[in-house]
Amino acid sequence: MSAAVAEHDDHHDDHEHHDHGPEKGLLRWIITTNHKDIGTLYLFFALAMFFVGGTMAMVIRAELFEPGLQFVQPQFFNSMTTMHALVMVFGAVMPGFVGLANWMVPMMIGAPDMALPRMNNMSFWMLVAGILLLSTTLFMEGGAPAGGWTLYPPLVLQTGKALPFAIFSVHLLGISSIMGAINIIATIFNMRAPGMTLMKMPLFVWTWLITAFLLIAVMPVFAGAVTMLLTDKFFDTSFFDAAGGGDPVLYQHIFWFFGHPEVYIMILPTFGVASTIIPVFARKPLFGYSSMVYATASIAFLSFIVWAHHMFTVGMPIAGELYFMYATMLIAIPTGVKVFNWTATMWKGAMTFETPMLFSIAFVVLFTIGGFTGLMMSIAPSDFQYHDTYFIVAHFHYVLVPSSIFILMAAGYYWLPKWTGHMYNEKIGQLHFWLSTISVNILFFPQHFLGLAGMPRRIPDYAVQFADWNMISSIGGFIFGASQLLFLYIVIDTIKGGTGEKVTNEVWEDAHKHGLEWTLPSPPPYHTFTTPPTVIPTEHV
Amino acid sequence: MSTNNAYYIPHKATWPVMATLGLTVTLAGFANYLNGASIGSTMMIAGLVIFIAMLAGWFTLQATESESGMYSNQVGISYRMGMMWFIFSEIMFFAVFFGTLWYTRNLSVPWLGGEGTGAATKELLWPTFEAVWPTNGPAAVGGHFEPMSAWGLPFLNTLILLASGVTCTWAHHGLLANHRDQLIKGLAATVGLGFLFVAFQAIEYHEAYTEMGLTLGSGIYGSTFFMLTGFHGFHVCVGAIFLSVILFRSSKGHFKPENHFAFEAAAWYWHFVDVVWLGLFIFVYLM
Repeated sequence: MSAAVAEHDDHHDDHEHHDHGPEKGLLRWIITTNHKDIGTLYLFFALAMFFVGGTMAMVIRAELFEPGLQFVQPQFFNSMTTMHALVMVFGAVMPGFVGLANWMVPMMIGAPDMALPRMNNMSFWMLVAGILLLSTTLFMEGGAPAGGWTLYPPLVLQTGKALPFAIFSVHLLGISSIMGAINIIATIFNMRAPGMTLMKMPLFVWTWLITAFLLIAVMPVFAGAVTMLLTDKFFDTSFFDAAGGGDPVLYQHIFWFFGHPEVYIMILPTFGVASTIIPVFARKPLFGYSSMVYATASIAFLSFIVWAHHMFTVGMPIAGELYFMYATMLIAIPTGVKVFNWTATMWKGAMTFETPMLFSIAFVVLFTIGGFTGLMMSIAPSDFQYHDTYFIVAHFHYVLVPSSIFILMAAGYYWLPKWTGHMYNEKIGQLHFWLSTISVNILFFPQHFLGLAGMPRRIPDYAVQFADWNMISSIGGFIFGASQLLFLYIVIDTIKGGTGEKVTNEVWEDAHKHGLEWTLPSPPPYHTFTTPPTVIPTEHV
Repeated sequence: MSTNNAYYIPHKATWPVMATLGLTVTLAGFANYLNGASIGSTMMIAGLVIFIAMLAGWFTLQATESESGMYSNQVGISYRMGMMWFIFSEIMFFAVFFGTLWYTRNLSVPWLGGEGTGAATKELLWPTFEAVWPTNGPAAVGGHFEPMSAWGLPFLNTLILLASGVTCTWAHHGLLANHRDQLIKGLAATVGLGFLFVAFQAIEYHEAYTEMGLTLGSGIYGSTFFMLTGFHGFHVCVGAIFLSVILFRSSKGHFKPENHFAFEAAAWYWHFVDVVWLGLFIFVYLM
């Protein structure tokens, strides 16, 4: 060992926070390399973008409240659907889970920090830069991109001044995600405490390891696809133009080769958090730990070979339709393993129903609904009826809102006492849960009916027979949107002291059996595990 | 020995913020330039200046920290993992363009020629189009062109890159055996061959544009040709600059047989660029 390292140790012997504590003032948050600071930045950024993207959703639901054009022009409406999707996917859900990974992965595996702390700082700021660049397009001549978040050519090439900005923002977001993912993989492979073998890692760490692999594999693919859009628009290339020998369908293949793993990038960490929370409140070890790991890996593998089920109606050879149909159905098997494992974990458990558990149970039920509609759409001949209708909108919102978003909420309630040292207000938490759960179903369930009846997605106006369910859906949307302000209130209230109740290290009864983070003080000191822990919880083995 | 309490955690990172600023200003400038805004090129230059200053500063910081022995073996492993996964992401980036070449040659161009269910497209839109490769498509986009032959400069460039892979490995052996002279000569040869490759590539592009009628606008052949070879050429430049930094550091006496992550990273990157070229030579030029 070198002298510099020994000196580093001496500082710690002197005083825990001697010269390694946080910077003073605002600068702390700009130049920080601390995984907890960066995790906090990610989580606040995700929360802010959740409200920005949510506001766009409110515009959409307001316009669809009644048939006819009420509030916005069709072009702006289409910009709203496009930007809502991009902001929610790249600004809210993904950064939300990266924030959780930053906070929790080092603490869960007994590491002092992330493996590459400077790069960690850069991935956060690249994310901010990417979203800023994307947001500027709202104010440009020709408006923000309005061709849908999939950016299909030739439609997207009709975007005005916004096009190159949107494309470069995708590049920045891609760089951010790849760096974040590399960091998580290096941390998990290289920084585990002695005794923390791979098959002892909490499921959240496992799911993030696999998610990080997906990110590194597919973000460059998206970057390549949008680069070709850029050259087709500005440099005379013919990648997506049949007159020059290219093919617009090629873009769809490349996009969905990225896009399908991308949707699992948003759901696998969701599975990880659910697998972490449910055992604690069922007071039982997770049922089928190793099968959970293998199911996650299987889902990740399958995600690379099913992409064209997003394109059943585009005009594919029949062999392609059949292959992608059967391959897609296979995904139901590992996903079913997970749902049964969560259910079996709760079976005969001594369950209590605090807010994180309520959100997790709602996730299991509502995610299953979203999964089943996915299975319906995997059947190619049926999909011809569902394609590009509100049925698909209902499907993917069920697997994103009451799944990924609910679990992000659950994670917030579950770990806020650990992060802040204060207890949140359980009454308001439960109110938030019930309002959210009831309204999210009023919001999205009728969209199944609308879709089956033939209402197309991405339209600002519709035929009058769709009026009733659209109004009900919009009412649900407004209640859901307003309810989320309760979450904002709880986060701020908890940081400022919450109920005033002193929380213990483990916060939840016997939580120390479920993860190393509960052996640390609440809130944990700025640096944790500067000496590796020796006690490894083995509850799930 | 590698324990967590010896782990080096850097503090107060200003270079990453500067990297973000530089890259964002460059890209926003480029977008403005593409939109025909006059501020575009100025912004691009400003962004690049920030980015290059950042590279110089961050590299210097890392080199100083490394040479003063602040990095334990465990830090070295983190860096190596980081580089490996970065190269994996680069492989996926090139896979998109190789995939595009495969798809257009084997699927979309034959479909336009009437194969499979494409008969109606051919009859209704371009009845005289026959599927061949190379092609600039049924509308003969960009006019007449000559395809690039494999056996002139491209073959010479293949030999150059293969030779540079050998000299790079020779330099590594020199470093491991503490033969500093061999290290520096090997690196210098690698950097020289790298820039020679880029020069020949520039000549090839010049010929394509001025004498062969082959441009980015020459339909799908021109698009895939310049996209693949262009991104590869850009990566050769990056790799050669990376190796130049390593050469400079070696001449300052940096790197030890047991501690030379930066050298390894540059060498891995160089071999990656080398392998991509072999793929290009086979699938773009030969076949």
